[in-house]
Amino acid sequence: MKIHPGRLLLLQILVAVVAIGFWQFGATVPVGGTYLLPEFFFSTPLDVMKRVVQLFVSGTIWKHLWITLTETVLAFVIGSAAGVAIGFWFARKPILAAVFDPYVKMVNALPRVVLAPIFMLWLGLGIWSKVALGVSLVFFIVFFNVYQGVKEVSPVVLANARMMGMSEHQLFRNVYWPSALSWMFSSLHTSVGFALVGAVVGEYLGASAGLGYLIHQAEGVFDVTGVFAGMFILAAFVLIIDWGVTRIENRLLVWRPQPAGEQA
Amino acid sequence: MQTAMLRPPAGGAPGVGAPPAVALDDIAISFAIPGRPLFKAVAPTSLHVREGEFVSIVGPTGCGKSTLLNATAGLLRPAGGRVSIFGAPLAGLNAQAGYLFQQDALMPWKTALDNVAIALEIGGTRRADALAQAQDWLKKVGLARFGDRYPHQLSGGQRKRVGLAQVLVRGPKILLMDEPFGPLDAQTRQIMGTLLLNLWAQDRKAVLFVTHDLEEAIALSDRVVIMSAGPEARIIGDFPIDLARPRDTADIRLDPRFHELYRQIWNQLKAEVVKTYGEDAP
Repeated sequence: MKIHPGRLLLLQILVAVVAIGFWQFGATVPVGGTYLLPEFFFSTPLDVMKRVVQLFVSGTIWKHLWITLTETVLAFVIGSAAGVAIGFWFARKPILAAVFDPYVKMVNALPRVVLAPIFMLWLGLGIWSKVALGVSLVFFIVFFNVYQGVKEVSPVVLANARMMGMSEHQLFRNVYWPSALSWMFSSLHTSVGFALVGAVVGEYLGASAGLGYLIHQAEGVFDVTGVFAGMFILAAFVLIIDWGVTRIENRLLVWRPQPAGEQA
Repeated sequence: MQTAMLRPPAGGAPGVGAPPAVALDDIAISFAIPGRPLFKAVAPTSLHVREGEFVSIVGPTGCGKSTLLNATAGLLRPAGGRVSIFGAPLAGLNAQAGYLFQQDALMPWKTALDNVAIALEIGGTRRADALAQAQDWLKKVGLARFGDRYPHQLSGGQRKRVGLAQVLVRGPKILLMDEPFGPLDAQTRQIMGTLLLNLWAQDRKAVLFVTHDLEEAIALSDRVVIMSAGPEARIIGDFPIDLARPRDTADIRLDPRFHELYRQIWNQLKAEVVKTYGEDAP
């Protein structure tokens, strides 16, 4: 199933044109006296675009983007660091892992959104309550991956390294660490995504700045155009971050075979 | 045939009383499988490998050949008996031995060159020196231009060559090989066999080579040892191979003496192979 790249792009654009066309049509052209997509509830694509442009031109958006980005990055960095450290520790100390196992499972089973109010009470309405929510999401993904990565080091690679005469410390540096990192990076997209979810959801529930706050504000005054504009910017923001993560991943995991059917 | 075969190693003959490089005396190996009686993989058995001697262990699948090798490496503690390396009892891992595994044992996150160099670096060699020596060894195994490749970018045969370089770069006195060329195709196996013999001829290490391929064993070895089918496998045959060296592992198979030896050993091995499969038959 091969398709010419130009043709593919054309079809992809066609989907957008049809969807937006339908939206614009439903919101502005009455069919049999009623609007299919009443403007009050659905706004119109043109208005949404205008609002997006206006947000950027007036410069108000930058502050919100910056806040959300800061929260995402902090949540990712703190959550990953904690996940790597504890994942490693547990994997090397099976008894410790066994003791904590039910509690780890319990906390992980909890939908993290319910922690948001607690974080707000503890950390206030500033960025740290959002960072904490993001950390609580990122930590478990990284933790489980690193734990798995250390546990599932190929026994042959390990035996080979031991036969070479590696000490525990050298095994850590040359075998366990790279293996755990590779598992962590394989979940990079997911964990960055969750860091962002934590930030936006946190903002949505109570904040004074950020993309989530922006959307929540618009919703509060029935400004559907504002909600859609916020969503559009958020989606674009996620795509850009995702693109950056892919670039980093390709740099760090050159030693990995490419999965079939994909390319760098 | 009994006048065979052991040439003194290149670096001067060991004295008559010199202890063997590897001495397995009354080694027994058992595995505990939960809920079952102790599985006795290898019954008490003895095997000596002299310095500079190339010994192959041949036997049906699952007979415990690899466990003997692991006991020699110190990766597995035998349930009974003694392992001595150059006369000294083995405690912990065997630091004198290099081990070439059947499966891929290269670190996938390191390039071929780094995989070889790390073997020296962990011993305290400076990185620049380690890299230079590693490059030398890659050249010896015919991969001089492949140093910057990662293992997944190499073919199975090339990965084995890197593995060989990784083991030999440390200059171990004993070489343990567990069906190292097992996963390779027939032509590549012969090429690898010849490469191994050429490298071995330079300093004649003691080699313990496990294989299920009798032809390969005869082509490479000074002695071929036959193990019986497990459980409670033991050594049931010990055949000196008096073929002249240096050998080409492909050409040697056309030698009439090769056929004679093959027939002689196969007659004994056949019975064991049949036993292994006979038990599973309905």
